[in-house]
Amino acid sequence: MIKRLALILLLAGIGAIFAGLMLAHVPDGELNRTALYYAEHTAQDLGAANIVTAIIVTFRGLDTLGEVTVLFLTAAIVGLVLAKGKRKKREARRQPHLPPSGELLGTGTRLLLPLILLFGAYVFTHGHLTPGGGFQGGAIIASAILMALLSNPLQKFSHRLISLIESTSGIAFVTIGILGVLLAGGFLDNRILPLGTFGDLFSAGAIPVIYTFVGLKVGAEFSSMLVSLSETEEL
Amino acid sequence: MTLPLAMSLLLAVAMVVLAIMATRGRRSLGISILSAGLVSLLASVMFLLLAAPDVAMTEAAIGSGLTTFLFFFVLGRVRRGEHD
Repeated sequence: MIKRLALILLLAGIGAIFAGLMLAHVPDGELNRTALYYAEHTAQDLGAANIVTAIIVTFRGLDTLGEVTVLFLTAAIVGLVLAKGKRKKREARRQPHLPPSGELLGTGTRLLLPLILLFGAYVFTHGHLTPGGGFQGGAIIASAILMALLSNPLQKFSHRLISLIESTSGIAFVTIGILGVLLAGGFLDNRILPLGTFGDLFSAGAIPVIYTFVGLKVGAEFSSMLVSLSETEEL
Repeated sequence: MTLPLAMSLLLAVAMVVLAIMATRGRRSLGISILSAGLVSLLASVMFLLLAAPDVAMTEAAIGSGLTTFLFFFVLGRVRRGEHD
């Protein structure tokens, strides 16, 4: 009883704090100094139309590298933990006894899979112009792989190809970062390539290149997790 | 009341109801997982209303797509383990 009362009191307290915060909140009339600096300087310094992307890839590119590393570690750990059941799976796989996927799912997958892959590639190559970028594009590509796995769980994906894409784009990402130190202002500086015309696909220096590699890397990492999960189905 | 405000209020109410269904639902685990996925889907619409389309994309792909799949997958594995 006392436990329940304490819980209700705790919830009411948290609610009161948030209500106070909400009621006291006044939207800023103008940007603060940091935001103002980014808003004024991003377009002319970096040539990117999408300020969010420019900040994520260049000003705070080290954060992105850290996030990609965390994701890589997660994928590696998932692969390591799930790799044990793989040998048994090979034997069980000789006689698949799964029910066939429905007509709707099969036809829908055949129709939508190329479109989703294309949209994922569009999102990460246009990261400097439109909302989205490497992470979003990679997640969309991984959801295409998920759809393929849903319609045919016995489908095989080459682990070697996935890890090749993953490691190549990781190395390329870090190499571009180091090239930024050597040729331009600092790590992951995008001005190693010409900035080009503002708003074009091939503009904003190295941002589209970096985001293509990030997108491939994230997509490969998520896909490897999904593929390992589905392969251990009959552990 | 403006339209975006009315829409976000409606979304917020729907999200709270779905979240309660996901956590307190007694009928089946499948419905709980589906409502948890719907909470993320509505959250991605909310992000879109709050002018963060890139966050909305990530939330829709990972939060409502991959996570729901993962939960159903694990649920299937656990059920099959029970039968053995």
